[in-house]
Amino acid sequence: MYRYDEFDREFVAARVAQFRDQVARRVSGELSEDNFKPLRLHNGVYLQLHAYMLRVAVPYGTLNSSQMRMLAHIARKYDRDYGHFTTRQNIQFNWPKLADIPDILEDLASVEMHAIQTSGNCIRNVTADHFAGASADEVADPRPYAEILRQWSTIHPEFLFLPRKFKIAVIGSPSDRAAMQFHDIGLEVRKNDQGELGLRVFVGGGLGRTPMIGKLIRDWLPEEDMLSYCEAILRVYNLYGRRDNKYKARIKILVHETGLEELKEDVEVEFERIRDGVLKLPDEDVAAITEYFAPPQFDQIPERSDSIEHAKLDNRSFARWVGQNVSEHSQSGYGIVTVALKGTGEAPGDATSAQMDVLADLGERYSHDELRVSHEQNVILPHVRLSDLKAVYDALLEAGMASPNAGLITDIIACPGLDYCALATARSIPVAQELSQRFADLDRQNDIGELKLKISGCINACGHHHVGHIGILGVDRRGEELYQVTLGGSGDEQAAVGEIIGRGFAADEITNAVETIVDTYLSRRLSDDETFLDAYRRLGPQPFKDALYPAKEAA
Amino acid sequence: MSTLFVDGAVHEDRWVSVDGEQPVPEGEDVIVSLAVFEAQSHALVTRNAGRLGVYLEAGDQIEAIADHLDHIVLVALDFPSFADGRAFSKARLLRDRYQFEGQIRATGDIRIDQVSHMRRSGFDAFQVSHQPTIDSLIEDKDSGLDLFYQPAVGDSAERIAGKNWARRAL
Amino acid sequence: MTTLKTPIAFTANNLLDGEAVWLGRNGAWVKSVASANVFSTEDERKIAFEAAARADQENLVVEPYEIEVAFESGQVTPLKFRERIRATGPTMRLDLGKQAEQSAAVEIAAAAA
Repeated sequence: MYRYDEFDREFVAARVAQFRDQVARRVSGELSEDNFKPLRLHNGVYLQLHAYMLRVAVPYGTLNSSQMRMLAHIARKYDRDYGHFTTRQNIQFNWPKLADIPDILEDLASVEMHAIQTSGNCIRNVTADHFAGASADEVADPRPYAEILRQWSTIHPEFLFLPRKFKIAVIGSPSDRAAMQFHDIGLEVRKNDQGELGLRVFVGGGLGRTPMIGKLIRDWLPEEDMLSYCEAILRVYNLYGRRDNKYKARIKILVHETGLEELKEDVEVEFERIRDGVLKLPDEDVAAITEYFAPPQFDQIPERSDSIEHAKLDNRSFARWVGQNVSEHSQSGYGIVTVALKGTGEAPGDATSAQMDVLADLGERYSHDELRVSHEQNVILPHVRLSDLKAVYDALLEAGMASPNAGLITDIIACPGLDYCALATARSIPVAQELSQRFADLDRQNDIGELKLKISGCINACGHHHVGHIGILGVDRRGEELYQVTLGGSGDEQAAVGEIIGRGFAADEITNAVETIVDTYLSRRLSDDETFLDAYRRLGPQPFKDALYPAKEAA
Repeated sequence: MSTLFVDGAVHEDRWVSVDGEQPVPEGEDVIVSLAVFEAQSHALVTRNAGRLGVYLEAGDQIEAIADHLDHIVLVALDFPSFADGRAFSKARLLRDRYQFEGQIRATGDIRIDQVSHMRRSGFDAFQVSHQPTIDSLIEDKDSGLDLFYQPAVGDSAERIAGKNWARRAL
Repeated sequence: MTTLKTPIAFTANNLLDGEAVWLGRNGAWVKSVASANVFSTEDERKIAFEAAARADQENLVVEPYEIEVAFESGQVTPLKFRERIRATGPTMRLDLGKQAEQSAAVEIAAAAA
């Protein structure tokens, strides 16, 4: 993985010192809140319902064990002993004191981490496939590109005060595990017939109030032009993006209102002007960054581990966990472990400091010192020998992190919602908890199969409800929490925005409503192999409407 | 009351701003609004005495004056609020796309924490009203970093080996 | 003297630690909604608004705003669910936030009474 060089170290240290000065000026009264707010937001500091919140970047989701240990340390020392992994490969601490934040940032810098641009109207933490560098279907590792983009976008003087936030995601395989098409810029690394690497570029995707699937703006972009092309897109957006209404300020609205063709022309004109300039990426620089992400020294081991096969026969729970939470690795004899932070009745994405320490230990011992955080609020051990799976499982079991539910209905994404968030209009976590308890039975979950359930506590859609196979959006209706349901959304390579199924449900009705939807699917599917999403695409919304609103249908 | 800084030093502002109905004073250096410029562009670019500057509001585009830049020696770009960053890209276009060598003056809601970003986007003059920002600029503190992950306008900074995009201030 | 349709209180977050606070009866900012001062006339509201704005300017608290409350038998209860959560803590983590320090809050309330 990437390691800071002298330049990066100096940069982050200077940035911490700068923020320390800004906090001091705020406390002394030199800076008013109006002046301080954009500065603190550029360093990931929010003011939420109960306290400040610090959002720390895990760039493209990759971290090592000492970084994970530092997150645990911060949770223990400065916070309430836990952290919350988010849908953007960040971790949030919910209770830091303002005066402590410069010290926290200094601690983070000591392990090459930061909170730069994790909020504010700027280019946010660049995300990537959490299986990058490990998955069997990968064309190329997307992380070198994400790292170059991270560097280029860091304190880019021209793009710190954009019309609205700007999110970039990069994938390197045909399967999209990063919801790439729901980003302001989505990049897919590809190889052409000559074996050269380049990018397919999507623009104007996003969730929020107006969900949109990214539009293909360029089918092939040579890798050397990546920064020039992104800079051209950002410049056009900064100049022409709407600033009169924050709900219409994302680039997706500009793409929609201007039309892709016209916007593309503006981008291409600017790109042609700058493409052979200073941002052109020299091959040797790309190679140098790529070198950091070279695969670890894998052992030549058999494809099957007999000891594990035996353990699976002996222990049904372990077998279930392997079947559900271990994915195919590019390297024979290895697997990718998904640690689902989704125990029954738990808050999705939350981990205690003790759990983070366990994860760090496991990463160090069994996964070549690498961990990942996924946009589905789970932690990944990307390079585990199959023969080590039992040891990993046992340790996770002891730490309460062995939920065998990756990709199943209780592997729920949920934003913090009204329990923490100043923007939320309804709670999300208690809804997730109740659903997780209702569907706790593992046989039932396995019978239901792959089903992505995503919950947002307001229209900003941090819980990705638009791309849930079942999506839930909490709103406030005359002081009461009301939950609207969308069906048929998907954040993968077959991207789709879910459709609102009908009137919303009260807090004490929503779990039953989801159960009705699931039961309808089970009774209508063609076979056990037809997933919820496939069945929905075949059946359309009507059978689900009929089941959810029977009285209305009869009337 | 605002203070004008040009190339890092306090400067007396001798330019006259012209907006709306008032006639453009003969022989004076003037900064005219885009509306005035568009209404009288021929007369303005053929004046015998007095230099010409144009003031662009945040919503005005550079293209509106691009054909006349040979006759314009100053472009003032407004920041209606701290959060409105359009002028950063406009300064950048003026320097990079149009090779404009005159003064690019930032006006409006300018705070010290943005001045270094403005400089790297092509601004060389700042008309500042915010007192703490004036004080900091007089002390020559712009609170920016000396390390940059991206090249900037008229960059004389040192390139970083292995990172063609990064720079260190000399 | 215009009476407000609904009584109000003023709330904000402390600048230094971000904790939710309310404008209290003695003009100080208090950490428990139970000790919040309740205003029921337009004149009181104006005076309280000025006090809140002053605290904002003096950098004691951040972005104060008024909230509607119910005030019955000496009990102050915010009307909005959001504000009730601010006054207690996350609803699914009773070990966090003000609810966790409830006993301390009761003591403060007793001392204030």
